[in-house]
Amino acid sequence: MMAHIPSALRSYTAQQGEVEVEGATLAEAMVGLERRFPGIRFRIITEQDRIRPHIRIFVNGEQAQHLAAPVRPDDHIHIVCALSGG
Amino acid sequence: MPRSRKATSPQPTTGSVSLLIGTRKGAFILRGDRTRRTWKLSAPMFLGHIVHHLVLDPRDRRTILMAARTGHLGPTIFRSTDFGKIWKEATKPPAFLKVPEGQQGRVVDHVFWLTPGHMSQPGTWYAGTSPQGLFRSTDGGVTWEPFSGINDDPQYREWMGTVQDGTPDGPKLHSIIVDPRDPTHLYFAMSGGGVHESVDAGKTFVPLVKGLDIVEGFDPAVVTFHDPHCVRLCPSNPDRLYQQNHCGTYRLDRPSTTWVRIGKNMPKNVGDIGFPMVVHPRDADRAWVFPMDGSTVWPRVSPGGKPAAYVTKNAGKSWVRLDKGFPRTNAWWTVKRQAMTADAHESVGLYLGTTQGEIWASRNEGATWTCIAKHLPEIYSVEAAALRR
Repeated sequence: MMAHIPSALRSYTAQQGEVEVEGATLAEAMVGLERRFPGIRFRIITEQDRIRPHIRIFVNGEQAQHLAAPVRPDDHIHIVCALSGG
Repeated sequence: MPRSRKATSPQPTTGSVSLLIGTRKGAFILRGDRTRRTWKLSAPMFLGHIVHHLVLDPRDRRTILMAARTGHLGPTIFRSTDFGKIWKEATKPPAFLKVPEGQQGRVVDHVFWLTPGHMSQPGTWYAGTSPQGLFRSTDGGVTWEPFSGINDDPQYREWMGTVQDGTPDGPKLHSIIVDPRDPTHLYFAMSGGGVHESVDAGKTFVPLVKGLDIVEGFDPAVVTFHDPHCVRLCPSNPDRLYQQNHCGTYRLDRPSTTWVRIGKNMPKNVGDIGFPMVVHPRDADRAWVFPMDGSTVWPRVSPGGKPAAYVTKNAGKSWVRLDKGFPRTNAWWTVKRQAMTADAHESVGLYLGTTQGEIWASRNEGATWTCIAKHLPEIYSVEAAALRR
């Protein structure tokens, strides 16, 4: 599936805005993302395996509430920095 | 506490000084020449990151660690081994242990404080976080683990209190101190949660809060209520500690366990509330504070809008106002706990960063002050660094 990376995290992806990841759940996709781009996951996901307060993750336009959400190979994951900063 | 051993008083330095500056919008290095009269500001590093602390490793005088986060992303630590030219991120930043599903685990919001380990332990660093957590790295800051067990100790968790017991920017663990004579002798402080000491390399800690005042109406025996802002150990006499607290300025001479409030000797119209505490590198009777207005609703600005440092040259018996060069009036800034420091020159240089983005310096131990950088973001930390030549 395709993961869309916000500008704040592209220092990890060699400035790529879209990267391929694999996994059957959002949690697995995040692990796959970390495998390809070490360090990126902890900036998005807490040590308690929760999405950080000012990060939103959308799967095909629907906001995912937790990492157990299933994903499929043709899905699009958007990682978004929330508008909480104004 | 450890038996008394001879302290080694650091020799005066003569080389150039660089200031490592952490701000709300990135990090900067302000490089000075040998005279400490000419300063050159670097380009911002990690522009937009919230940098709470930027610290040089005194063991190699090349490595710098940076505690950073952004408004959106999780906290991390960046590391440079060439004095800030190239940075790499820690592969395992400080993080609390994951708790079983269904339990409420803690999450590191930001790394607040960095302390290099003992000179005999190259590669060892300590970190304090918000909410309060104590972490250690033994590989130069690349990977971090919870240290000492206090993070999950029920008694310590109680003393840490809740987020409402912390600072407006979150509760913090800070002032991690390693006794220069003994790597197993450690101190740390928590806002809130008191000062703590270990004599067994961190296996156990005990509170060290006797003699400290707390907010009126509460029980000083309850460790949770204690709010040390900054604790410093005197390099020339490691048995002496100074502390700037939410409720006054203190000195502790070990083996005593009772802090003495030395801020009572400050002018009444200024008071003894503030954040930073700076000690002299070679004279344990000398220390500096930078008072702020802690009255009514805690404006947290210079009292009366008239900034001034104060020095004691007799371990707190008396204080002298040092305001020559600062604005005389209508200067409504203050200095955070990590944002005032000293170098080790014969005539000690003092440096402070303001909440309004200015760096002020004194080449003569505070007698006169000069603004050496302005228009920076809000300054969180300033450390004076002597580079390897």
